[in-house]
Amino acid sequence: MKYMLIMRATDEAVEAYKDMPFEQVIEAMGKYNESMIKAGVLVAGEGLTDAAEGFVVDFSAEKPLITDGPYGETKELFNGFWIIEVATREEAAEWASRAPLGPGSFLEVRRVTGVEDFPADNEWIQKEAGWREEEEARRARQ
Amino acid sequence: MTAHPDAAAAQRAVAAVWRIESAKIVATLTRLVGDFGLAEDLAQEALVDALAQWPAEGVPRNTAAWLTAVAKRKAIDGWRRRERLADRIAVIAHDLEREQDEAVASLPWDPDAIDDDVLRLIFISCHPVLSKEAQVALTLRVVGGLSSEEIARAFLVPTATVQQRIVRAKKTLSAAGVPFELPPREEHAQRLGAVLGVLYLIFNEGHAASSGSDWMRPELGVEAIRLTRVLAALMPRERDVHGLLALMELTAARFPARVDANGDPVLLADQDRSRWDRGRIARGRAALATADALGRGRGAYGLQAAIAECHAVAASVEETDWDRIVLLYEALGRIAPSPVVELNRAAAVAMATGPASALRIVDALVESGSLRGYHLLPATRAELLRRLGREEEARSEFATAAALAGNERERALLQEKAAGR
Repeated sequence: MKYMLIMRATDEAVEAYKDMPFEQVIEAMGKYNESMIKAGVLVAGEGLTDAAEGFVVDFSAEKPLITDGPYGETKELFNGFWIIEVATREEAAEWASRAPLGPGSFLEVRRVTGVEDFPADNEWIQKEAGWREEEEARRARQ
Repeated sequence: MTAHPDAAAAQRAVAAVWRIESAKIVATLTRLVGDFGLAEDLAQEALVDALAQWPAEGVPRNTAAWLTAVAKRKAIDGWRRRERLADRIAVIAHDLEREQDEAVASLPWDPDAIDDDVLRLIFISCHPVLSKEAQVALTLRVVGGLSSEEIARAFLVPTATVQQRIVRAKKTLSAAGVPFELPPREEHAQRLGAVLGVLYLIFNEGHAASSGSDWMRPELGVEAIRLTRVLAALMPRERDVHGLLALMELTAARFPARVDANGDPVLLADQDRSRWDRGRIARGRAALATADALGRGRGAYGLQAAIAECHAVAASVEETDWDRIVLLYEALGRIAPSPVVELNRAAAVAMATGPASALRIVDALVESGSLRGYHLLPATRAELLRRLGREEEARSEFATAAALAGNERERALLQEKAAGR
């Protein structure tokens, strides 16, 4: 199961981070990332640049409208994410709770869709059966 | 933290911590008590304590340190009871006690030392004195943090069997006096090869079993990938580790398309490629690039990964670079010759240059007699004969293949083909 850990920071968190030396932040994040790499669970992860650089595409009108914002009422912005591959929901929760984040920060944890989320009787997967190349390759190693 | 009203939820939380931390805990304990089997027992006992205490008292801040400290205390208690029998043990216990106080006071562990310890643990779990079954069980249990029940479910064997395997494996390691150390330099390649072999065996259990009937077995493939990632992080300079990781990711990318709604396998040619996991393909290709960047050429895993990559990047069977696949099989045949690789090469040659040249390879295999009794040999030959319009011979070969097939679904399919359908 894959989970996406979505970082959200409120104004409070942004304020708190202003006083923290950047190197310290990088070190904490680096250690956290390394622990997930060494546990073999980290699949992807990126930080997002300042919201001022971003923009919003609004689909309310007939033609999508591109604006500088607003981003919603809560002022809670996504500013980074990780994708991890773990066995259980609890494991995702355990990893998420180890993130080096402080007051005002939130991690939204969402399961990434897998094949089990789509109808198995879809015509695209209703096709004839048979073994071949993969099975042969598999047996080759036994 | 306050007491959790839902004991089952707390138990799952403890299990999650265990999965993340168990390898580090057992590895550290093994270094301290000098006995892998004892360390594993102590860690398990500490886990039992955690299951009893955490739901009521809350999860401690540093879970791994807590579990390790409890396990160490158990070691000391055990030795104390036998103190008069062996003075030497008392001395070790005294040292342990001091070390424990230090460990609690300062940082839990030196991360670099833990890395080495976990690596040693992986090599011990895959030690050549153990049978393959024992290596697999021990690796999943000790490095992967899976319970005996989970391992049993994954391999469709009784839990008691798994427990026996683990107990026996620990005894074997102890009796053989296997030291807790990395293999000596001259044995390195061979021993790493054994470790990779075990990881691949675990992966294939998950791969072969994606029959749709048991949810746990594809999970086993994912667990194998995780363990290989652990190894890649610990041994970043080893080409074959990255090669194996690439092969697993690229193979697993096809899992979602490999079975239909009834749980029947779907041929590569018929797989809906839009269901292939693009993320896995990207990671697999990246791992292969890492292996290549180490500049020592491709090993057997890397070559197989490269073949899987050819399929992964092709939009269809027709657009697949079969010439390249033939070359890769030839290279594979040189470094890891096997009649099955040769049979696979024949299948690729049939796609690249036609059935006639492929049939020559298959006929040579038949003559060598090395794959006698292997149903895919006559099955492949039959397909080639059919493509060449030699229908009568093809039917007879399909019948031979059907008689040899062990898998029921496969046999039924071959019988249909023998009947000319």
